[in-house]
Amino acid sequence: MLIKLTGGTVYDPASGIDGQQQDIYVQDGRIIDAPKDGRPVDKEYDLRGKVVMSGAIDMHTHIGGGKGNIARTLLPEDHRQDPVHRTSITRSGNGHAMPSTYVAGYRYAEMGYTACFEPAVLPINARQAHMEMGDTPIVDKGGYVMLGSDDFLLRMMTANKDQKAINDYVAWTLNAAKGIGIKVVNAGGINAFKFNQRKLDLDEKNSHYDVTPRQILQTLARAVKELGITHPLHVHGCNLGVPGNLETTLNTIQGIDGLPMHLTHIQFHSYGTEGDFKFSSGAAQIAEAINNNKNITADVGQILFGQTVTASGDNMRQHANHRFASPNKWVCMDIECDAGCGVVPFKYKDQNFVNALQWAIGLEIFLLVEDPWRIFLTTDHPNGAPFTSYPHLIRLLMDRSFRNDMLATIHPEAQKMTTLASIEREYTLNEIAIMTRAGAARIIGLKDRGALSAGNWADITVYTENSDRQTMFTKPDYVFKDGELVVKDGEVVKVTWGTTHIVKPDYDLSIEKDLKPYFDKYLTMKLGNFKISDDEISEDGRGSLTAHPLRGAA
Amino acid sequence: MTEITEVPSPFCGMGTDDLSIQVDGTTLKVTANGCSVNTPAFEQAIADTVPRIAGQAASLEAATTKAAELLRNTHQPVIGGCATDVNGMRALLALADKSGAVVDNLNFNIARRNLLALQDSGWMNTTLAELKNRCDLLLIVGTDLEAFAPRFFEKYLWNEEAMFLDNTANREIIYLGKAPSGNASTSPTGQKARVLPCADADLPDVAAALSALVKGHLLNAQSVAGIAISELQLIADKLKAAQYGVILWGAAALAFDQAELTVQTLCNIVKDLNQAGTRCSGFPLGGKEGDQTANQVCGWTTGYPARVNFARGYPEYDPYLYDSQTLLSNGEADALLWVQAFNSSALPPKTHLPTIVIARSGMKFEKDPDVFIPVGTPGIDHAGHAYRLDNVVAIRLKKLRDSGLPSTAEVLSAIEQAL
Ligand SMILES: [Zn+2]
Repeated sequence: MLIKLTGGTVYDPASGIDGQQQDIYVQDGRIIDAPKDGRPVDKEYDLRGKVVMSGAIDMHTHIGGGKGNIARTLLPEDHRQDPVHRTSITRSGNGHAMPSTYVAGYRYAEMGYTACFEPAVLPINARQAHMEMGDTPIVDKGGYVMLGSDDFLLRMMTANKDQKAINDYVAWTLNAAKGIGIKVVNAGGINAFKFNQRKLDLDEKNSHYDVTPRQILQTLARAVKELGITHPLHVHGCNLGVPGNLETTLNTIQGIDGLPMHLTHIQFHSYGTEGDFKFSSGAAQIAEAINNNKNITADVGQILFGQTVTASGDNMRQHANHRFASPNKWVCMDIECDAGCGVVPFKYKDQNFVNALQWAIGLEIFLLVEDPWRIFLTTDHPNGAPFTSYPHLIRLLMDRSFRNDMLATIHPEAQKMTTLASIEREYTLNEIAIMTRAGAARIIGLKDRGALSAGNWADITVYTENSDRQTMFTKPDYVFKDGELVVKDGEVVKVTWGTTHIVKPDYDLSIEKDLKPYFDKYLTMKLGNFKISDDEISEDGRGSLTAHPLRGAA
Repeated sequence: MTEITEVPSPFCGMGTDDLSIQVDGTTLKVTANGCSVNTPAFEQAIADTVPRIAGQAASLEAATTKAAELLRNTHQPVIGGCATDVNGMRALLALADKSGAVVDNLNFNIARRNLLALQDSGWMNTTLAELKNRCDLLLIVGTDLEAFAPRFFEKYLWNEEAMFLDNTANREIIYLGKAPSGNASTSPTGQKARVLPCADADLPDVAAALSALVKGHLLNAQSVAGIAISELQLIADKLKAAQYGVILWGAAALAFDQAELTVQTLCNIVKDLNQAGTRCSGFPLGGKEGDQTANQVCGWTTGYPARVNFARGYPEYDPYLYDSQTLLSNGEADALLWVQAFNSSALPPKTHLPTIVIARSGMKFEKDPDVFIPVGTPGIDHAGHAYRLDNVVAIRLKKLRDSGLPSTAEVLSAIEQAL
């Protein structure tokens, strides 16, 4: 079927197109050049006056993996407030802070998103992440595999194994768990908590292993680079949420020796200790460091006010924060000599000084980082806020007077502690398209997604231009996924199943000579049963795998 | 004849995956690492392979069509059992969504003791590999652990080596409440477990006393439920002194009123210890036969564990109201679909309502249900996924033989299509 999207105003930063009117042709799921053979168009959409972008990509959102299910089970009262009825084509479920998987897929698609990436896939529980994402319709998905608090890596580092051996282990794990990148959460800290350490600074040693977080970050960042994995090491830094952690974050940036590094939910790592409350904004210094270090990218993890739940691998910090749980219940787990998790419900309040300033810090970082290709729009769903708040966040970035109206309503002391009112920048549609599409596809290493040039998969979102950007981005007119119309007027009209994006770096098979006895002796699963096979993703007839090339490969 | 090694078991709940199984046609023989739970479950011979409608042999298509017919126009069907693998549970929930059914996991009343504690105040828990490598003190509350999981001690406590213990035989085991039925808890060097027995019904009091002692409160009583306070004080001291203490309970064994409050007390003891500066973790010994699988898949599909009602077009959760046994006995339900792919002796509840049974081959009935469809067992007749009793790790089940039996997922999907 040949589809023609006629006359839309196209924002396709990957192709350098910034608001030009042009036609787009789609055939067999892909975007093609205008056919020259005069073939008839089977279906035409008149998009004159409408804004056309590629499908949005959420590069950091917790949509799969055990902690999400703990969060769901923990909060029945939250679900009761947002029941979702089944329709003739969609499944029932529920939403808000941690929606059920089906509802997450529908709601992402209804907002114009066509791909989502789970950033905390524990290798030992990657199956669950893939099964949950396998039940998340329409959108493509993928995951970053968590290392850095696993005993095997820390044992290797303590034993001074060479970088080559570590690279083999990293590549082996990534293949076994089927991820597209490597994530590290509070490097070594989740592990240290198991030895009863309650905090771990960048240069502090694990009480059992002879390693520091800085060494772990350097080792893993080097592995990622040397293996040719496109996505830089995805780093959830030390000291999340701790006043003064700004210094740790700057130190982390400096200490990575110029290696590519992505700092996630940087808002939670940008705090100073000034002022009466000993809590202040470090946004300016952080933004400056990002501006000056081209090897660094970041997503913000913006908080927005209201009830949510924080679900993190960082059980060391989650345990420390449990006293802020609202409602007052929380879960921490140590998991399989591999990782851990902490789930703490949170209610961010605009009249709470710390929460209000956190809100402002996130926005300051968004607005002070100059290069939209290196900063990404996230709320670290559901940690800062549910992903359904993205249209509101986009309006805050694009509309200064709206932003200042909101600023005027928050805790007065927080207003005094932020420079937000003086920042004039308003994001353009092109910049929004960069941070939510072109830049995201590039940083993840997605070939043929996130752009509208011929050859790309036809993930396309069409909006009606509206000066109220929240309204505009809440309800696209059309969303096409792989060339199929899946959303019309903000509602799902067809349910499809996206693919799972992975990379498959090479490694020396002899790494299993060390791994097999480790599994046999210490773990509870055989090495052979640990590895996820391709058919586990595809056997139900819905899922598929898409492997992306490594850097330097064709 | 072939031998398949590293076979994971869906039966014991421990996710044991070191079994060797000899396959001869459709006959299985466990040749290594079997146990009293796993071996008979694997070796059980295939009995029926043909579906029956009202006792008469029928084709699979006729049986699924008939099942759909029975479910059509019902007002409140109940899907009970829920003993299957992840794909089976996915199909079960799809059918429930479409037919407006109540979904009720057969062991929900047991799992509820944990779920209510979790949903009220949360917990700090651990998993098997952490226990295997870190635990230096295991406090077992109200549970005969080795009867529940025969190989637990051998695999996770008396393992030859642990990463963080010099000698695993030095681990300390304490039973509070129920005494062990055998000697599995005796260490390889002959060190016997400390046992502080009490009646099940007294566990709430004993747990409350221990909680008070952990908090440092003074108790005036000399004993509680026959256990000297000094003995409980010793446990509190040991928990505080442990490197990585673990408090284990099996909710199934806590068969007394408001057992969830005792679970909550245990969870709070763990939290208090961590708050006071010691590492300690809980270990709720989850169920078997797909209990965890049912709750996990229902969790991500609906947001709630596996006792939900789809009658209003969206999932509603009530841990009491949607008890299938109650719905059947008080006349609120009007059809029963029973799913039990693991255990042919786990019969559906007795009812005069139209009944469809999708179960492991060999299930014997007093009176044949309206529709009976024998299905393959996950991990024997088809591949699949199941959750372990620590409720975190999903294991990959293998297909061991070609029996021609359909999977639960295939059968339930066919019914859904026919509906
Ligand atoms: Zn995150």
